[in-house]
Amino acid sequence: MHLLYQIFVDPFVQMGTAPDLLAQTLWEGLVSGVLYALIALGFVLIFKASGVFNFAQGIMVVFAALTLVGLYQGMTRLGVSSPAIGAYLALAGTVVVMFLLAVGVERLVLRPLVNQPDIVLFMATFGLTYFLIGLGEYVFGGDPQVMIADQLHLPRGRIDLHLLGGVVQLQKIDITAAVIASVLVAALAVFFQKTRIGRALRAVADSHRAALSVGISLETIWVIVWFAAGIVALATGIMWGARSDVSFALEIIALKALPVLILGGLTSIPGAIVGGLIIGLSEKIGELYWGPLLGSGIESWLAYVIALIFLLFRPQGLFGERIIERV
Amino acid sequence: MRAPGGSAVAVGDVLLSVENVSLSFGGVKAISDVSFDIRKGEIRAIIGPNGAGKTSMLNVINGFYHPQQGRITFKGETRSRMRPYEAARGGIARTFQNVALFRGMTVLDNIMAGRSLKMHTNFFWQLLRFGPALREEVAHRMRVEEIIDFLKIQDIRRTPVGRLPYGLQKRVELGRALAMEPDLLLLDEPMAGMNLEEKEDMSRFILDVNDHYGTTIALIEHDMGVVMDLSDRVVVLDYGIKIADGTPDEVKRDPAVIDAYLGVAH
Amino acid sequence: MLYREVGQFKTSYTSDQAIFPILQDRLGIVALIVVAYLVGATGSDFLLNAMLIPFLIFSLAAIGLNLLTGYTGLLSLGTGAFMGVGAYACYKLTTYFPNVNILLWVLVSGFFASAVGALFGLPSLRIKGFYLAVATLAAQFFLEWCFIRIPWLFNYNESGAIEVPQREMLGIIITGPRASAQTRYFVVLTIVLALTWLASNLVHGRIGRMWMAVRDMDIAAELMGIRLLPTKLLAFAVSSYVCGVAGALLVFLWYGGAESTVFDINQSFQILFMVIIGGLGSIIGSYFGAAVIYMMPIALRAVPGWFGLPLQPATVEHLTFMVVGALIIFFLIVEPHGLARLWQIAKQKLRVWPFPY
Repeated sequence: MHLLYQIFVDPFVQMGTAPDLLAQTLWEGLVSGVLYALIALGFVLIFKASGVFNFAQGIMVVFAALTLVGLYQGMTRLGVSSPAIGAYLALAGTVVVMFLLAVGVERLVLRPLVNQPDIVLFMATFGLTYFLIGLGEYVFGGDPQVMIADQLHLPRGRIDLHLLGGVVQLQKIDITAAVIASVLVAALAVFFQKTRIGRALRAVADSHRAALSVGISLETIWVIVWFAAGIVALATGIMWGARSDVSFALEIIALKALPVLILGGLTSIPGAIVGGLIIGLSEKIGELYWGPLLGSGIESWLAYVIALIFLLFRPQGLFGERIIERV
Repeated sequence: MRAPGGSAVAVGDVLLSVENVSLSFGGVKAISDVSFDIRKGEIRAIIGPNGAGKTSMLNVINGFYHPQQGRITFKGETRSRMRPYEAARGGIARTFQNVALFRGMTVLDNIMAGRSLKMHTNFFWQLLRFGPALREEVAHRMRVEEIIDFLKIQDIRRTPVGRLPYGLQKRVELGRALAMEPDLLLLDEPMAGMNLEEKEDMSRFILDVNDHYGTTIALIEHDMGVVMDLSDRVVVLDYGIKIADGTPDEVKRDPAVIDAYLGVAH
Repeated sequence: MLYREVGQFKTSYTSDQAIFPILQDRLGIVALIVVAYLVGATGSDFLLNAMLIPFLIFSLAAIGLNLLTGYTGLLSLGTGAFMGVGAYACYKLTTYFPNVNILLWVLVSGFFASAVGALFGLPSLRIKGFYLAVATLAAQFFLEWCFIRIPWLFNYNESGAIEVPQREMLGIIITGPRASAQTRYFVVLTIVLALTWLASNLVHGRIGRMWMAVRDMDIAAELMGIRLLPTKLLAFAVSSYVCGVAGALLVFLWYGGAESTVFDINQSFQILFMVIIGGLGSIIGSYFGAAVIYMMPIALRAVPGWFGLPLQPATVEHLTFMVVGALIIFFLIVEPHGLARLWQIAKQKLRVWPFPY
């Protein structure tokens, strides 16, 4: 009896008695949701356009962030005096690196595996993940790095909202992240729906062979898409790194994007956002109000269990396409 | 042969009866109110232009698709919904348009897989292998070898099926279906993609299966020559509706059938 | 010249169905087993402790995963957690019943892993492929959390770690700090060989064919009367059993203790990589894969040293990740059936040697 009360009544009572804490938690959930969504966005891009599920998206986020910081440090060592110039030069350099990465992946991983079943490509991205982890640690070392947020002139500080009987703190960097994510989502959605290249990308995702027979150059498309995913990864890495340092622990967090994709649907850009927000909110609310019942740290698996339940009832996610098997 | 729960059917009696079956996918009606029967021991052809609903009809008989309306009566038992493995258990076997062999396995293993229903030694004997499990393997291997002899595929029995040419793959698939010792064998375009020689071989095999094993056969086929030569009776579908039902000669002369194939609007 | 089948005619289906139909193969296996036991008696502690015992244990775990992913086609990222269930189950069993033979508990603990595996395998009825992999991630992270957060599992130990108690059999100390490397090696070798034999029997018979049918084309399999859910659940159950036993062996007969981090997602990936490189759907491939993945860091540490270019330990770790990652991609491109297929091809060539074909 007491247990039922604890599960079904008490948490809501707590929410009611401290609404400012609830608002703060909701905000935190939204923010982490936005960041999950950004990672998921990279997945969706690649999946939508090449049918490949890129498990390495998470490590690409870390890798991009580390490259940025590393290049910046290199710039300062080379004697670039102005931090802003150094930062933006490093940014440009990182973009080039992500492009080279896209070319490398296309040539060495995707092209040789072009007609293999999806599960093989999926496993190849495991190999890619490990490779990038090793490479990243080798080049940049394993220690957490501080993101060059100030040098990039990202807003600092926070806004305090006095409402609901208390204070709700909104970090400016979080607001920026939300804005940037929205812009990226809108841009990508328009791109896929309205432009010629976007439609070509969707064709490729459906069938490699069909796309080839229509004269769409698979190689170019793959490079474009992986590069775009790399840029999204970079943006994610900057945002995430600005809130907490850049380290390989981010990789595990990035795995959370998988439940986001399941909720949102693998092929849906708006789905990535909605899924991200739902997961982010559920995690934070769940951890704070129901966590103490079970023991803390349920954030490590809650997202997956939610995804699992979704898989049982609606495998295509909220916005994804139904998969029909033809005999 | 008495099926579990079904009644014994004599040659010439109705083995399977399709009654008023309708099937839709979303808004598309694949089959509209189709009824026909298949008599034990006969070779029944299902023909019609592309998209007529022939494969869907086989899928309904198999239990892959569940019709929105209508029933299937098989060996005296009527059901509206049936799971594929129930169909298998009941004695229905099938081949597919795009060969559905187990690509990771050899010819022998594929056909042995067809014996799965008849192999019963439990898990613990399987763990040990020697004893009842091995004896069962050998016993079923003998039956499978009969089929291999019958289909003349002895020298490829250990070849992984992925490496075989298309015509041989189709033959192996037939062998796998035969391994189930079915009462009713559904063949979905068994001649598709074959040259004349291969077609002749396959036709001979089909006739032999019907003669030698007494298996009732329903086949979908586009090659009119094959249909006329092999089948005892023919059902013609067009846009999901039955437009003719009778012997090959009757159907050949039916104006509705001629119109359908020539694409005359109706 | 040596590896010829000439003269070896099979006069019965029984001998044709044998798992090693060629006489030389049979002799080879027997010789290998004899050598394996001899090494136990003569090998150094270092060889046994640092190389052979873990190699055998990981081979067993790889066999377990191979049954699920290689033979049945169900990709699982939860291997580490299932191994953990076996280890913790063994720990609790021996805590409550310390006088029962520890080896019995090792073998029984697999059933707990089996039950958990089957439970998390239930979704496989409705979901496949990559989605199923994500579901197994749910198992992995949830169970990992359990290992940390349920103090009962580690006997309320302050550090959160478990320490293996000393256990004996027939007067010989088998587990615990004082157990000798030889004893532990013989125990592990025997258990691993026995389970390998059982797994091999399974995959060569009716059940193996059912699993492979489900892997290759589940729709056609259903048409053969193979029921998908029981077949898939059986795969999860047997696979998890084997992994659970491997986990118990890992903790009780090698590490001597464990923290929850032993059974993390990295462990799951390691075993998966062993299976991919060794060969999906091959028992002997599991051994090959375990050897390559497990020995890789050791080789990377040793080989540059021979050439006078010693590497820092951290660098070795990074290089290991890079080489393994690259190897995975390489094998998926060049030989998706892994080292096992290369081994088969080598034997094929040997059969006609010295002729080219």
